[in-house]
Amino acid sequence: MTAYEPYTTTDGRTIGGVLMEMKNITLRFGGVEAIRDISFDIREGEIRAIIGPNGAGKSSMLNIISGFYHPQEGEVWYKGAPRPAMKPYEVARMGVGRTFQNIALFEGMSVLDNVMTGRLTHMHASFWQQALWWGKAEREEIYNREQVEKIIDFLEIQAIRRTPVGRLPYGLKKRVELARALAAEPSLLLLDEPMAGMNVEEKEDMSRFILDVNDEFGTTIALIEHDMGVVMDLSDRVVVMDYGRKIGDGTPDEVRNDQDVIDAYLGVAHG
Amino acid sequence: MTATATPTGDLCSMPALLRRNARAFADRPAYREKEYGIWQSWTWSEALREIEWLAFGFLALGMARGDHVAIIGRNRPDHYWAMVAAQMCGAIPVPLYQDAVAEEMAYVLGHCGARFVVCGDQEQVDKVIDIQDQLHQIDHVLYHDKRGMRKYDHEHLNWLHDIREEGRASHYRHEHELALREAELDYDSTCVMLYTSGTTGKPKGVVLSNRNIIETAKNSSEFDRLGPREEILAYLPMAWVGDFIFSMGQALWNGFCVNCPESADTMMSDLKEIAPTYYFAPPRVFESQLTSVMIRMEDAGTVKRWLFRHFMDLARRVGPAILDGRKVGLVDRLRYAMGEIAIYGPLKNTLGFSRVRVGYTAGEAIGPEIFDFYRSLGINLKQLYGQTEASVFIAQQPDHEVRADTVGVTSPGVEIRIGDSGEIFYRSPGTFVEYYKNPESTASTKDEAGWVATGDAGFFEEDTGHLRIIDRAKDVGKMADGHMFAPKYVENKLKFYPDILEAVVFGNGRETCTAFINIDLTAVGNWAERNNIAYASYQELAGHPRVLETIKAHVEEVNRSVAQDDMLSACQIHRFLVLHKELDADDGEMTRTRKVRRGIIAEKYADLIEALYDGSDSVQTETEVTYEDGRKGRIRATLKLVDAATVTPRHHEVAAA
Repeated sequence: MTAYEPYTTTDGRTIGGVLMEMKNITLRFGGVEAIRDISFDIREGEIRAIIGPNGAGKSSMLNIISGFYHPQEGEVWYKGAPRPAMKPYEVARMGVGRTFQNIALFEGMSVLDNVMTGRLTHMHASFWQQALWWGKAEREEIYNREQVEKIIDFLEIQAIRRTPVGRLPYGLKKRVELARALAAEPSLLLLDEPMAGMNVEEKEDMSRFILDVNDEFGTTIALIEHDMGVVMDLSDRVVVMDYGRKIGDGTPDEVRNDQDVIDAYLGVAHG
Repeated sequence: MTATATPTGDLCSMPALLRRNARAFADRPAYREKEYGIWQSWTWSEALREIEWLAFGFLALGMARGDHVAIIGRNRPDHYWAMVAAQMCGAIPVPLYQDAVAEEMAYVLGHCGARFVVCGDQEQVDKVIDIQDQLHQIDHVLYHDKRGMRKYDHEHLNWLHDIREEGRASHYRHEHELALREAELDYDSTCVMLYTSGTTGKPKGVVLSNRNIIETAKNSSEFDRLGPREEILAYLPMAWVGDFIFSMGQALWNGFCVNCPESADTMMSDLKEIAPTYYFAPPRVFESQLTSVMIRMEDAGTVKRWLFRHFMDLARRVGPAILDGRKVGLVDRLRYAMGEIAIYGPLKNTLGFSRVRVGYTAGEAIGPEIFDFYRSLGINLKQLYGQTEASVFIAQQPDHEVRADTVGVTSPGVEIRIGDSGEIFYRSPGTFVEYYKNPESTASTKDEAGWVATGDAGFFEEDTGHLRIIDRAKDVGKMADGHMFAPKYVENKLKFYPDILEAVVFGNGRETCTAFINIDLTAVGNWAERNNIAYASYQELAGHPRVLETIKAHVEEVNRSVAQDDMLSACQIHRFLVLHKELDADDGEMTRTRKVRRGIIAEKYADLIEALYDGSDSVQTETEVTYEDGRKGRIRATLKLVDAATVTPRHHEVAAA
């Protein structure tokens, strides 16, 4: 494992040691090799982007991190130890939260209830306590609601607190999904195309929120995104994938000037 | 001035009123704010404690007598407290419009020489930091909301909460000094300075004394019999004189509770939860509430729609009469009572008007249909006429004498005189002290006897003694043939249609009148949706042939109505166009209180006006727009010019003679 010195970015955030490391990951679906021998790491406190053309294996990589897929070869190291094959909910309990490319909210439930489901991993009262609203259940509910309200305030969705998610426009649904993921207080937050299908204004809002989450809560963020401008502005480091292989890894500037990357993905150099 | 007689005894400043309230209403709620989904509240004694600590903190930062303290943010208890705390220190609070762009803010901050700036959040701090390079006088910037502020250089930047804690710790050190400063406050000390947005020129700083505010609060409270049990929702801009009178003057004078919404977007649901007893809103708010009710009713089921229509017809017929205590037959009263159970009650509850005892609208004329809608539900909505220089009140409607077309009788303590040109003059205890650092404007507005020119033209109705406003005196002009030109009169008639958001009428010195129209995106968008009309942008919808057709029908209807008025029948609109963008304060086309700036619009869109008069069918144009973040862009459009039918007035010859 590479040893890193913690450092402070120009905008005053502290980037710490390695939080998660992917070691020589290979993932196959039958005969198709979706990911071949990829290694990279995610450092504490950073915003890490995974980019690449369609079908490059970005989402598969995210699904490996979240425990949905299990690679045939290679290891996932999390918080300094190899992580055994786990169910996604077990991974979630270890502090990995995520949002989805196609919004996966409970459409009939209110925003508040949706975000409350994010607190599930923080509820420990027994079935009977919860059914009778007694003792621990009540205390937990109040505490959890307080936490959820802070997130609602943070993401500025107070006005839709009671609105059923199904009635919301797309951009707001994305924000609610982010709220639900945050409610779990993840140490690593995975965002699968957080800006897909948004207009410029919504993208600006979302970028602001991602930066604020990273800054205020110190949450490490790994994201997949198509919008190059957004990726380059947001991330501290970028992994570039193409046909299941890693073809670049570094700061946005390094990646932007990497000939392999330019050829494979960006086409022509920007600016 | 020699020793001032204060009819209010020792209560001659806001801090003095606060201390009285903390004694008299110690445990009653003074301020509430919804935060984290819950209404947090502070009693008067708690509020006094918080404000004192803040004042000690200000003293610790070196706030001096006569310093100006700018406050930029939305309505929050903290911001109101900062104003009172500043007053305690002998400083002058200057609330600013929070949506002002940096350069507007720079002018005001520079003009008043603010040493302290209290900001709501990072957005406002950023603006202040942006302009700080030009203004070297700002010593301390304080902020309420900590979010995003961690990385800033805090040498001259402080979290308001920290200042309060420091004040709390230095209680004993500053107690004496604060008592001394408060004792110096009298009826003639400056209470607040408010910048008028002004439809022309740079904003002017209106200096209002304690006398102005307290006398006005006292008189107006007596007029409407306001008491310590009122609840109000503070959601209008803090920089606006109305909010200062309601949420500071009247609240402190009566000791009633000021409720602050959770955010601008939640205002409607907060309104419903608080159900204020005393409510104030510009016509725009009432219009948008009515529009949303109508839109929702259109989507409702058949039975509900029938019930709504049936009982609203009844309400229109007998509601205002019942509200005014006039004679109404027993059968109608019974039916109205049923309507109250089925429709009016639930509707008022949804709108947050269940408990409204006194409601006011002002700022612009309100459409008679909108006004009557609310009154027919049994909501005591009234109109008032006022301005910043008068500490709001000049004329207002007493209960039971309410009409859509007047602004009521002279407010208590106010004298009104109509000048030879028809301009309204007033003199009152609320009349402002001066425009700050602008003696020329002060002299040209207020004469030595204290009479202030309002700039509005109007007249008293002979039989009722009610004041009617025609238009801004300077906007009233003459057409080429000598007829009176009163654009506002026609614009208001146009704006009463839900489809029309804004209208600007031209015609001064010309043969005929023409108009620019802004569609209301909510109303027209909903109509488009129901009629399966697809559109990709505001611009496209605004230019849609069927939208133009609808607007044309409205314009022609207005022409028929204008033709009825002998004096103004020449103001009928011959040609109009629907603008490709909304008129916006960020582009300087409107004031922050959303009044159109005719001069600027006429200059900016000179090409469009030209086209309206040269008979062409369409015109190509390019306009600069300012986005919310201050960046500029340009939009291009081809606009269709539409002819509207006019009516030959019956008394045309008589009027022309």
